[in-house]
Amino acid sequence: MAETLNIDQIRADFPVLHQQVNKAPLIYFDNAATTQKPKAVIDALSAYYEQDNANIHRGIHTLAERATTAYELTRKKLAAFLNAPSTDQIIFTSGTTAGINLVAQTFGRANVGKGDQIIVSNLEHHSNIVPWQMIAEEKGAEIKVIPVSDAGVLDIEAYKALLNPKVKLVAVNHVSNAIGTINPIVEIISLAHEVGAKVLIDGAQSVAHLAVDVQALDMDFFVFSAHKLFGPTGVGVLYGKRDLLESMPPYQGGGEMIKEVRFAGTTYNELPYKFEAGTPNIADVIAFGAALDYVQAIPSEALAAQEEALLAYATAKLQKIPGLRIVGTAPEKIAVISFVIDGVHPQDIGVLLDKFGIAIRTGHHCAQPLMQRYELVGTCRASFAFYNTFEEIDRFVLCLEKTLQMLG
Amino acid sequence: MGQPINEIQEELIEEFGLFEDWADKYEYLIDLGKKLAPMSDAFKTEDNVIKGCQSRVWLHAEKQGDLVVFQADSEAIIVKGMISMLIRVLSNHTPAEILAADLYFIEQIGMSQHLAQTRSNGLVSMVKQMQHYALAFS
Ligand SMILES: Cc1ncc(COP(=O)(O)O)c(C=O)c1O
Repeated sequence: MAETLNIDQIRADFPVLHQQVNKAPLIYFDNAATTQKPKAVIDALSAYYEQDNANIHRGIHTLAERATTAYELTRKKLAAFLNAPSTDQIIFTSGTTAGINLVAQTFGRANVGKGDQIIVSNLEHHSNIVPWQMIAEEKGAEIKVIPVSDAGVLDIEAYKALLNPKVKLVAVNHVSNAIGTINPIVEIISLAHEVGAKVLIDGAQSVAHLAVDVQALDMDFFVFSAHKLFGPTGVGVLYGKRDLLESMPPYQGGGEMIKEVRFAGTTYNELPYKFEAGTPNIADVIAFGAALDYVQAIPSEALAAQEEALLAYATAKLQKIPGLRIVGTAPEKIAVISFVIDGVHPQDIGVLLDKFGIAIRTGHHCAQPLMQRYELVGTCRASFAFYNTFEEIDRFVLCLEKTLQMLG
Repeated sequence: MGQPINEIQEELIEEFGLFEDWADKYEYLIDLGKKLAPMSDAFKTEDNVIKGCQSRVWLHAEKQGDLVVFQADSEAIIVKGMISMLIRVLSNHTPAEILAADLYFIEQIGMSQHLAQTRSNGLVSMVKQMQHYALAFS
C-alpha cells in the first residue's frame, strides 16, 4: 500500500486555509495562480527579519554572515531539488517572467540574428511569448508556433517540421497554466538539440507537481517562480547549462555582479553573481528554502496520488453538469480543470462562486493565443494542490450548480 | 427635469434593502441585467468597448437636448446588472449633474466589491468613461 497523506495535518500547516470568506469556509482552487504558504515559510520570513537581517556577501559582521549563509543555503537546496550539477548554475531572479526576460535579453540578444527563428507553442503564457517577440522584433527574427490539438496536446509532427538550423531557441512550458497539459519536454528538447537549437523550459506550473531533473532532461534553461511552489512571491529561479551561462553577456549592471569596476572598463563577477545585480530578495530567498524543505518532506508518490485522485474525482463530477465542457483533455495533465458552460460568461461564475467562498480563476489566464485557438473569451479554471480535499470538490460542484441556477 | 440622481440612488438602496442574503441580491441584480434595454448592434463597436474588463463591455452616449443618454451592454450578466443600475442613475441627466454625482448607492447595497481596483474589473473604467462623456458634452 502506498502511503497516503494526512490531509488534516497538512492543512493545519497552512494558516490561510482556515478562514471564512463571504461567511463560508474558504475553498482555494486557484493554486495555479499562486500556492498558499505553510507556516514554516511565514515563520522563516519573520525569523529572518527579527534575527538576521543584513545585506549579504559584502559584510564581514556576524549578521551579514548569517544572512549570507542562509541565502546561499537555499541555492544549495535548489541545486539538489533540480539535480543541477552545481550551485553556480542556480540564478535567483524575481520570478519566471524575470528569468525568461533575462535569457531573452542575454542569450537571445547574443545568439538570435536576422532571419533566425524562435519557436514557442500555442500553449504558452504571455510571459513566454512577449519577451521572445521583443527580441525577435529587435533582431529581425521570426517567431514560429507549435500548434495545439483540440484536446490541448502539442502537435509534435508539426514541431518537427518547424525545426531547422535557423531555429536558435525553443521556448515551451513544461505544463500549461491554462489547461494543465504536461508537454513531452524530453522529446521537445532532444529534437531541438538535433538542429542545434537551445531550449528554455518554463517550469512555472510543473515544479509543484512533477519532479524535475535538469540533467536527466538535458535542460538548457529552466525557469520557475517560488510563489507557485509554496514559497514567497518575488523570487524566481533560472537554471542554465554552465557553458551557456558563462558565454552569455551580463544582464543588469550594478553591485554584486562585478569583479572590478574601473572607468577604463569593468570585469564581471563569476556565476551565479554575474546575473544577480544589486541587493537581492534575501528574506524571500531564505523563506523559499523553508518551502523547499516543506514540500520535499512530503512523500512525492503520495502527493502525486492525492492530486491525481482530486483531478479524477473533480473531472467526473464536473462532466455530469449539463452544458459544461472541459477545455484541455490531454491524457497527461496536472490537477487543473479549465471549463466553459454553454451560454454563461466565465466571469459570472467566478463572481458568484466567490460569494460561496470559493476561489477559482476566470478569464484568459494570460494565454490569449490559446483562447483564440479555441475561440473562447476565457474559461473558468479550478487548480488543485495537495491540501485540497474531496469534500471541497463536492461543495464546489454543489455551489457551481447553484450558481448556474441563479444565472439560468 | 428627470428624477434627481440621489433620489434614484435612494430607490435602489430601498429595493436592495428588501433582501437579507447575498443570493437574493444577486438574483435581483441578474434580473436587472436581463431587463437592461438592449443596445443597438450599431453601437457595439470596438471604439465603444471599455478597456480593462474581463468581459466585453460597450458604452455609447449621446446628447438629447440638455441631457446625456447612455446605452450599454456586456457579455457578462452580473456586469450587465451593474451597468443597468449605473444607467438608471446617470442616464438622462445633464453633464453637470453626472459630473457632480457621488455614487454612494454602490457601497450601500453591498456591491462595492465590483468597483474594487482589480485589473479584471471594468466598472471603474465604465464610471470614468460615463463621466468623460459628460465632460465632453458639457
Ligand atoms: C506557465 C507560466 N509561465 C509563466 C508565468 C509567470 O510567472 P510569474 O508571474 O511568477 O513571473 C506563469 C504564472 O502564472 C505561468 O503559469
